[in-house]
Amino acid sequence: MFWQLFYTYLKIGTFTIGGGYAMLPLIQREVVDRRGWIDEEEFLNMIALAQAAPGLIAVNSAIFIGWRIGGWRGVCGAVLGAVLPSFVIILAIAMIFSEWKELPAVEAVFKGVRPAVVALIAAPLFKMAKTAVGKRGRLLPLLLSLAAALLIWLGHVNPVWVILATIILTLVAVDIKERRRK
Amino acid sequence: MIYLQLFLSFFKIGLFGFGGGLAILSLIQMEVEQYGWMSQQEFVDIVAVSQVTPGPIGINCATYVGYTTAGFWGSVLATTAIVLPSLIIMLSICKAYFWLNKRFQGNPYFEQTLRMLRFTVLGLIASAALLLMKPTTFIDPVSWIIFAVVAIMTILPKSFASHPILLILLSGLAGYLIYR
Repeated sequence: MFWQLFYTYLKIGTFTIGGGYAMLPLIQREVVDRRGWIDEEEFLNMIALAQAAPGLIAVNSAIFIGWRIGGWRGVCGAVLGAVLPSFVIILAIAMIFSEWKELPAVEAVFKGVRPAVVALIAAPLFKMAKTAVGKRGRLLPLLLSLAAALLIWLGHVNPVWVILATIILTLVAVDIKERRRK
Repeated sequence: MIYLQLFLSFFKIGLFGFGGGLAILSLIQMEVEQYGWMSQQEFVDIVAVSQVTPGPIGINCATYVGYTTAGFWGSVLATTAIVLPSLIIMLSICKAYFWLNKRFQGNPYFEQTLRMLRFTVLGLIASAALLLMKPTTFIDPVSWIIFAVVAIMTILPKSFASHPILLILLSGLAGYLIYR
C-alpha cells in the first residue's frame, strides 16, 4: 500500500502545476475513477476537510486518502509522493537560480513577470468573494475581509493574529446566539 | 540557530495557513521579511517560479527559502516543518471524521467558523497582493500595463489566455523584449 499510494501521489504531484486547487481534478481521476479507493461523496467530504484544516490542500488530501486506505504507512507514502516532485524541482532551480539571477536577460524576464504575479494573486479574489458571499448575498462579512487586508497591509499585523481573532470571535458570537436560542 | 528559526517559522506557516496556497503567501512574506531571508523581489520571483513548476506553492516556497538560507538541510527542514502541523491536525480530523461518521456537518460552531475564515482568507490574499505593490515590483508604467492585462485576462470569463502558466510565460517574454 505504501508504494501504491506513493506512486499515485508522485504522479499527481509531478503533473499538476499551480498548486492545490489545480490538483483536485487529477486527484479525483486517480483516486476515485481509476483506483476506486473512495467514492464521489467521500471525495467531496475530503475536499471540505482538506480546506478546513490548516496547511496545504494537496498535502491534507494526501493525508486523508493515505489514512483511509493504508493507515500510517499509507499516510507516509502519499505525503512523500505529493511533496517529493516539487521539492526536487525547486531544489534544482534554487541551486541554478542563485547563479543565474544576476544575468541581465533573466532579470529582464523577471521584471516583466513580477507585476503579472501580483495580478495573478489579486484577480481570483473576485470569483472567490462571489463564492464566499454565496446565493444569500450577505455582504456584511466582506467587512471582515477588508479589515483583515488593511490590518496586515497597513498595520503590519501578523496574519496569524488575524486568523486567531477570526476563530475566537466567531466561536464567541455563535455561542451567544446558541445560548439565546435556548 | 538558523535551523531552529527556519523550523519554527515554517511550522507556524503550516499551522496557521488556512485557505491554501495563495492565502499562505502573506504568512510566508511576513516571516521572510521579519528575518530578512530574502528580498521582496526574490519573493515575487519564487512565487512566479512556483506558478510554472509542479507542486503546491507552500512546498515550493519552503524548499527555496530553506535552501537559500541554510543549504540542502535547510530545505529539508523547512519543507518538513510546513507539512508537520497538517500531519498532526489533519490526522486528528480524519480520526474524528471516521469516528463521528461525518457528523461535523451541521455543527454551528464548526460551520460558522469555517464560513468566517473564508472571508478572512480573502483579506489575507488581498494583503499578499497589496504588500507586493511596491516600486521594486512596479518599476515603471509598463509594469502597470502588464498588471492590468494579466488581471483582465484572468477575470474575463472567456479570454483566450487565462491559464496562469501561459500568462507568466507571456509576461516573461514581454519583459525580455522590453527591458533587455
